[in-house]
Amino acid sequence: MTSRLSLIAGLAALTACAPSRTPQTGQGGQLADARVAAGRTYVAPGQLDEYYLFYSGGHSGNVFVAGLPSLRHIMTIPVFTPYPGTGYGFDVDSKQMLGGYTWGDVHHPALSKTKGDYDGRWLFVNDNANNRMARIDLKDFKTKQILGPIPNSSGNHGSAFVTENSEYAVVASRFSVPIPLGTYAPITDYATKYHGVVSGIKIDSATGTMSLAWQIMTPPFDWDLASTGRDVSHDWVVWTSYNTEEATGRLEVTASQKDRDYMVFVNWKQAAEAAAAGKGKIIGGVRVLDPNDIPGAMYLVPCAKSPHGADFSPDGRYVVCNGKLAPYVTVFDFAKFQQAAAAHDTTGSESGIPVLRFESVRVAEVPVGLGPLHTQFDDQGYAYTSLYVESAVAKWKVGPFDGHDSTLVVAKIPVHYAVGHLVVAGGDMRHPYGKYLVSMNKMSKGQHLNIGPSEPESSELIDITGNGLTMLSEAFTEPEPHFAQIAPATLLHPIEVYPKADNHDPNAIWAASDAKIMRRGNIVEVKLYAIRSYFSPSAIEVNQGDSVIIHITNGEQERDMIHGFGLALYNINVVMDPGEMKTVAFRATKAGVYPFYCTNFCSAMHQEMQGYLLVKPRGGPAAASASTQAGPVGR
Amino acid sequence: MPLAKWLDRVLGPRARLAVLGAGILLPLAALFPLWRITMFANQFPEGLRLAIYSYKLEGGSGGADLEGINILNHYIGMQDIAAADFVEMKFIPFALGVFLLLSLRTALFARVRDLVDLTVLLVYFSLFSFGAFWYRMHSYGHHLNPEAPIKVAPFTPPLFGHQHLANFDIYSFPGPGSFLLLGATACLVVVLALDARRALRT
Repeated sequence: MTSRLSLIAGLAALTACAPSRTPQTGQGGQLADARVAAGRTYVAPGQLDEYYLFYSGGHSGNVFVAGLPSLRHIMTIPVFTPYPGTGYGFDVDSKQMLGGYTWGDVHHPALSKTKGDYDGRWLFVNDNANNRMARIDLKDFKTKQILGPIPNSSGNHGSAFVTENSEYAVVASRFSVPIPLGTYAPITDYATKYHGVVSGIKIDSATGTMSLAWQIMTPPFDWDLASTGRDVSHDWVVWTSYNTEEATGRLEVTASQKDRDYMVFVNWKQAAEAAAAGKGKIIGGVRVLDPNDIPGAMYLVPCAKSPHGADFSPDGRYVVCNGKLAPYVTVFDFAKFQQAAAAHDTTGSESGIPVLRFESVRVAEVPVGLGPLHTQFDDQGYAYTSLYVESAVAKWKVGPFDGHDSTLVVAKIPVHYAVGHLVVAGGDMRHPYGKYLVSMNKMSKGQHLNIGPSEPESSELIDITGNGLTMLSEAFTEPEPHFAQIAPATLLHPIEVYPKADNHDPNAIWAASDAKIMRRGNIVEVKLYAIRSYFSPSAIEVNQGDSVIIHITNGEQERDMIHGFGLALYNINVVMDPGEMKTVAFRATKAGVYPFYCTNFCSAMHQEMQGYLLVKPRGGPAAASASTQAGPVGR
Repeated sequence: MPLAKWLDRVLGPRARLAVLGAGILLPLAALFPLWRITMFANQFPEGLRLAIYSYKLEGGSGGADLEGINILNHYIGMQDIAAADFVEMKFIPFALGVFLLLSLRTALFARVRDLVDLTVLLVYFSLFSFGAFWYRMHSYGHHLNPEAPIKVAPFTPPLFGHQHLANFDIYSFPGPGSFLLLGATACLVVVLALDARRALRT
């Protein structure tokens, strides 16, 4: 017994001697004093955050909204995925918008811009899975349009970056496929029969409505991320690529053979003009340009190995390319790009696209660290690069680029763990706000209470004022944020309720006395009124097999007085905000009596807010041809 | 001075001007709320607001507050508070116009008799309107639907000051319109009193 005890004691001593790591802070980066950090990030009940954080929900298909500096999640905006919480994807309109798809992969939210700065009107997001784009209106934080699946394009990753005045949002194919979509070609024909496509989506400046404007067919590279020019580079958009090897199979190997891949610079203005002039040919029902159709509007520039982000500096003068398999970021000068293009200073071409001489355009290689993915900028002349492999964020000075590249890095801070994108307030604007950076980390690995193997992502808030980087706080996020946008609270002016007076839908009603049940043959149409705390009518009688259309109006005008309509066993739940009308349509296939009730807690009598759908079985006495029922007593 | 002689006396220029001023104040009262009722509760920190004008009801938040108040009141079986119920709202604007005309008449002919008539009628009109308003409030609070989900004892909503009702703190105070009416009435009374004092001295 004593020997076993001593053995245990010995093991304990050994464990104590095992090397352990104290949390590193890195050069110039630090963990804030707990009281200081708490003071900087605490937002008392009733007080409001200073910034909105719009972060993508990845393959959840949603967009998340949080406040900064609290990092508190405020809401989820459903975009590509049904979301019973707000009834999204259950009513006729949103169902139609989803087009039968039940998921999407939101990567890169882009706030609309005017003169290169956020204007607080719309948020555009991409769907990396089904080649779609969506527009969220920031008046009510609702998805208003889903464009796509976009023809010919597969895997819309390099998107939804918007140009300086929101003239266009851009789209690029991450996956090359034979086009038009639906065409078969064996994988062995990859280099010849498969194509990449980049597209411009025109944004209506008054309504935000998106439409496909032009497409350019490219070699079968995998297009990755984009950035849009500003000021001097206003007319240009740049995408990075990997797999310029045009390889198939195990891309982690086959697409990592070249030391440099390409950025492509596209002059969107000239592309739009060429498409408008009828150049190119119709493929998949849309006009597709060949690079040869737009001489002088498309150039390749080599960039260090398998880059992720290529990011224009706020003044539009530099492009920072983040070669994720290189230990540095490469800085290119846009003026030198223009000189090289004008002088035909090329080293070859790919499918008719000139390749500019790397050395003529590059101005610096800043040794930020391992695995640079993405760079954003602040208002003090600094850039911030996420380092995936190193699990850190580097802060570096954007110039002067006089050959002393290694002295430009001023600070670095470890993050927990494996940062993908990072976002600085206004970090892709003409005039960034600075102040805060959020590091969106792909792994959280026990930074939180153990919730089993399905671990969330982590978002860390870093103070970037002054010369350093100071870790302030951390929050956990459902899968899976990629890129994000940070805008000041003062920029947005959302509504509080939908004003009745603005609702001109003939199916909306504003009094219980206007509620009615109408029958036309086998179609039963109901105008249902929902208000504290009842539905009118409270009973709807139909025949088995009838098509049932129910327009539900929430008659409230009081802030946060939201009503739901959940119909048991018919898989229906819609939620109406104050002053909102939604329509559900279904076939009453199942006979019997099915309760409906308010699903969104509304009032002290919320539990009483219920009614019945009565479905008379086939062959029995038919339901009344028409009837109306008033609200319950007390009204 | 005998009463009859005093009544036939003609007012001085300053008194005429004061009567004219009071007359102009009266229609101005229609531009502002006569009464304001505000209801606060934990979940209504900004308050539900109702402004009562001489001719209309106006809920806060662009009208939404009145709907909100009515929705809450329906739980205790109170009928909707609606402008159509306030008969006063039809005659008060008309009456204010009549009083303006009477004031002009008084300022022009300026006999004490006219001033007495004007003042007495205006005081009567003000008290009657206030009484009608009280009766309206009393009526809303005493004709509750017996089938209401929440049964409360009949009550009169506060006309002046603060009242605590269920989870609400209710504040009810006269608005600028009432102060204009009061100011005009006070002005006429003062003119009359000053003239009466002078008459008594001679």
